[in-house]
Amino acid sequence: MNMKQEYTLTIYTENQVGLLNRIAIMFSRRKINIESMNTSPSEIEGIHRFNILINETEDVVRKIVRQIEKQVDVLKAYFNTNDTIIWQELALYKVPTDVIAEKVKVERLLRTYGARVVAIMSDYTIFETTGQREETDTLLKVLGEYGLIEFVRSARIAIIKDSKGFHEKLKEFELAEPTHHIIDEPISAAEAASKVV
Amino acid sequence: MQTETINEQIDAAVAPIEITGGDAVMRALVAEGVETIFGYPGGAIMPIYDALYDYRDQLEHILVRHEQGGIHAGQGYARTSGKTGIVFATSGPGATNLVTGLADAMIDSTPLVCITGQVFAHLLGTDAFQETDVINITTPVTKWNYQVTDANEIPEALAKAFYIAKSGRPGPVLIDITKNAQVQKFNYPGYKPCKHIRSYRPKPVVRKEFTTAAAAMINKAERPLVIFGQGVILGCAENEFKAFIEKSGMPAAWTILGLSALSTDHPLNVGMLGMHGNYGPNMLTNECDVLIAVGMRFDDRVTGRLDRYAKQAKVIHLDIDPSEIDKNVKADVPVWGDCKETLPMITALLEKKDHRQWVNKFSECMEKEKEAVINEELNPSTDSLTMGEVIEQLNVLTKGDAIIVTDVGQHQMVACRYAKFNQTKSNITSGGLGTMGFALPAAIGAKYGAKDRTIVAVIGDGGIQMTIQELGTIMQNNINVKILILNNRFLGMVRQWQDLFNEKRYSFVDIASPDYVAVAKGYKIEGNSIEERKDLINALETMLNHDGPYLLEVFVGKENNVFPMVPQGCGVSEIRLK
Repeated sequence: MNMKQEYTLTIYTENQVGLLNRIAIMFSRRKINIESMNTSPSEIEGIHRFNILINETEDVVRKIVRQIEKQVDVLKAYFNTNDTIIWQELALYKVPTDVIAEKVKVERLLRTYGARVVAIMSDYTIFETTGQREETDTLLKVLGEYGLIEFVRSARIAIIKDSKGFHEKLKEFELAEPTHHIIDEPISAAEAASKVV
Repeated sequence: MQTETINEQIDAAVAPIEITGGDAVMRALVAEGVETIFGYPGGAIMPIYDALYDYRDQLEHILVRHEQGGIHAGQGYARTSGKTGIVFATSGPGATNLVTGLADAMIDSTPLVCITGQVFAHLLGTDAFQETDVINITTPVTKWNYQVTDANEIPEALAKAFYIAKSGRPGPVLIDITKNAQVQKFNYPGYKPCKHIRSYRPKPVVRKEFTTAAAAMINKAERPLVIFGQGVILGCAENEFKAFIEKSGMPAAWTILGLSALSTDHPLNVGMLGMHGNYGPNMLTNECDVLIAVGMRFDDRVTGRLDRYAKQAKVIHLDIDPSEIDKNVKADVPVWGDCKETLPMITALLEKKDHRQWVNKFSECMEKEKEAVINEELNPSTDSLTMGEVIEQLNVLTKGDAIIVTDVGQHQMVACRYAKFNQTKSNITSGGLGTMGFALPAAIGAKYGAKDRTIVAVIGDGGIQMTIQELGTIMQNNINVKILILNNRFLGMVRQWQDLFNEKRYSFVDIASPDYVAVAKGYKIEGNSIEERKDLINALETMLNHDGPYLLEVFVGKENNVFPMVPQGCGVSEIRLK
């Protein structure tokens, strides 16, 4: 509970100017560093999806997720540990073409790390790989020995393993009076602690 | 807001007509039942003011002297009327002057719709004259904000603003409208009030499981203590709350924003929580077996050190804002929802009880506090007046029917401790943010929100000097507020801390005051200044009986401290009586 670890936040939002700032400042206000952040469309047109990676304790994450979910333009926010998501990052590497051409070993390396060639120019070649941090890091280290010119890695994107997506949830949200009713059936304490809606 | 008015508005607008953005703003305000606006014009909001000129019979606009005064007035209005406060300001400095009030309204859950002018859309980001990035400056201190750059957006943006400000846990909303949108003519589709936003859940689902669990826990409790905050007032649940505590005879203590939700003389009202609260509620928080928090957020000024707060008790927390549950104090039973709904659900399941012995413990504590603190405060043996006796005399004269608006500091704590209240929505103060300068402008708004009530603004000699310019607003509109300055010739609360914790190193707390009566006179406001006990009753009586605004300065003891006190970093049961 009080150990810091990686948490991936998945936030469904309206596509609204200014919302990125509204969400970002909730972390900076608490002096929490955002390790990576990605915004993209979701499975539903018009609904945006944020993935935010932070390194924090569960207690802090739970509280901040509730604060995020409270924002008017946020539909739903989830937080997950690494074992409950499938996640990937994309990395691009620029290396000198002449070095690549001379050293066959490099090509074998790329095969080992599942990289592919995106562009070949006379002076440079760009490789791409997707994977988890260790994979992109290892290739980074290896290519460093072959005159790596540039490197860039994308934010983490993640899918929650047991999520059923947002289609059904959205229907609930779109009911005229979605919250004004009393639920009779009991819920588990764990559910009560993590669920807000 | 009346449905008929809205329908009339909608009907009137069925046939599309071409109007300006500024006019659309006015129509939205009228449709929402707005009566009073506090504001200050300027270049970027001129088209809205031009439109307002045609609506001046329907919409009363109070010209303040500073935008901060405008927004605090809006807060005072919202707090006494239970409606949404409306504030106008221009771009740039006009808008940045709202920030303190927005932060205050945000932390104290006050519904406001603030409309700011903005430079022309094509000038955004060019450092144009009086341009500032208002949306980003105000993001952390608004419940929602939105920039309008096209007149077509105005009706919907304002409808959302009103809905968001007032629903669920209320808060301030800011709509920034570029000047081009204000002058732009467009086909007005009519005004439709907003009732639902899909991404916004003002009220969490009430789970019967938890209301049942809460009732069962209360029924088993031997020493239940109810602590309540502004949620009871915001939820208009005063009666439901009373029924709840009365049914099982539970003592109830309040946060300063909860004050006046339960009348002072109610036998189960055991007083004030927190740093300068009463001895009983603080001590016995650490003796109760079930702590029931209703519409309050366990502020650090209420809890003291969290790891020494009610550790022995099971905690039931009722709140409309799910993010408050478990934020500071872990709840054993989280009762999400509007307490207007959840309280009766719990009350229905309560056994009739009478925890007389337990309630008596609070009386015993009160006796102890009287002996150590209260008797001397209300009937001092010193020559100099105390703040407490001034408030006590005020109680006698107003019989607890006045609205008391306080600023921030010693006088605020004393007023909250000793003022009597018979009616709800009668204690207006800056609680969470602790904004000095709040009281004078808030009193102006309070008067417009409750025109038939007596408004007494109790202010220290520090706070009054922060927003004293609003005497001009009072003069111009002849606003009948009573200004009671408790002058101890110090920034008293900071001085008290320096006295207690910094070896009396009085670092920059020695504040000089102008001749307040002369200042008031300059604003054509009657006033008086007294220093002696024999003059107190007459002076207060004159103030209250005066037809119109009145300023009374009362000099009180220079170095009086407010007790009891839970020093910072201590648990509530380490409360000091001296």
